[in-house]
Amino acid sequence: MIAKIYFAVISIIASEGGGAGLLSVDGGLAFWTTLTFLILLFVLGKFAWKPILTALKHREEAIKESLAQAELAKEEAKKILAENQASLAKAEEESKKIIEQSRTYAENLKQQIINESKAQAQKLIEDASAEIERKKLAAFDELKNQVAQIAVDAASKILKENLDAEKNKQLVDKYIKEISKN
Amino acid sequence: MDSLATQVIVDSLKNTHSESGGSWILHHVMDGNYLDFSPFGKIYLPHLEIFGFDISITRHVVFMWLAAILLTYVFIKVAKSYQNSLIPKGSTNFWEVFIVFVRDEIAKPTIGKGYERFLPYLLTAFFFILFGNFLGLIPFSATFTSNIAVTATLATMSFLVIQLGGIKNNGFFGYFKGLIPHGVPVFLLPIMVVVELLGLFTKPFALAIRLFANMTAGHIVIYALISLIFVMQSYLISPVSVGMALFIYGLEVLVALLQAYIFTMLSSLFIGMAVHQEH
Repeated sequence: MIAKIYFAVISIIASEGGGAGLLSVDGGLAFWTTLTFLILLFVLGKFAWKPILTALKHREEAIKESLAQAELAKEEAKKILAENQASLAKAEEESKKIIEQSRTYAENLKQQIINESKAQAQKLIEDASAEIERKKLAAFDELKNQVAQIAVDAASKILKENLDAEKNKQLVDKYIKEISKN
Repeated sequence: MDSLATQVIVDSLKNTHSESGGSWILHHVMDGNYLDFSPFGKIYLPHLEIFGFDISITRHVVFMWLAAILLTYVFIKVAKSYQNSLIPKGSTNFWEVFIVFVRDEIAKPTIGKGYERFLPYLLTAFFFILFGNFLGLIPFSATFTSNIAVTATLATMSFLVIQLGGIKNNGFFGYFKGLIPHGVPVFLLPIMVVVELLGLFTKPFALAIRLFANMTAGHIVIYALISLIFVMQSYLISPVSVGMALFIYGLEVLVALLQAYIFTMLSSLFIGMAVHQEH
């Protein structure tokens, strides 16, 4: 049945005949088609296809590049993160060490200061004791002399004429020395 | 379609042809020297002649120029929009789909290396045919791609591009030597030469006939279906006629897209075969 329609159409085309059939090529139209198409090809090629295709290419390259760059940046970020974490851990360890060190140092310093001050105090006490001892001795000497003087004075008062003052003093001193030796 | 309907179509075709001194269907499908806005009237176009050669502005020339103007406007606009930003906006998105389709689905796989050189021709042919096909679907318009002169010219362009591409890539003698496949027995050579040379011309010939026939057939069928109403002289047949005509019209939208694709695809395929003969 399609064949029937086909033959009907063909018969019409054929019967037209002459120069006006469906299958006859019109030279004028062919000429205009050639002209139009060539101008179109030139104009579009220059002002449309070239910029469009270049733009598309650029865009595709830009997308490809940015994707690659994003991948690279991701890798970089990963590396930096790992590095950061490592350095953070290191810093923490470092700070722990420093704290430990300073603690030991402070402890030592404390001990040293305590010891020093203890020694100083000891020395002060010792000095003070020596001074006291010295003062005591001096006072004792003074007392001894005064007592001897008083005794001599008293004795000389009593034995005014009898004894020469100088001789008596020597005598008394001798006695006192003997006493102190004992 | 049952056989009765077929008979009716055949009869209607015959009747309309024999009546009124020629077929009105063919007058609608064929070129003419006027723009047909019937029943509102006709606009007659000027008659031009150069050295006795008739180059009148016809209906199809007018619509071809309309398509050319539309194409130029649309694609220069698209090109401009890329200058502002590489990110497509609005209608650029729509046209970009077709351009990328022609580039990535037609030219790249069929031509392969060096396909960029043929892109301007393929893109122009594709959109020229596409716009022509769709212009023909608008009421009161004419389909210039359904004219054998137009399709033959386009096929000649393809033929030239194919041959020039092949010669440029393989050298003049290399190209014609490469046409004959390797390992052909010597006694077959004379036949092969004839066959291959014929093949060069049958390819574009088929291109021209395919586009012309596809774009013409749909219109003829639509007119035939509509003419059923007048042939049978009954309003009762009109729902059937209009319904079927609408269906064919829908089919024609598909065909319009498909034929633009096929013409470009086959041209690209032949270019690829001419350029890379080793395959």
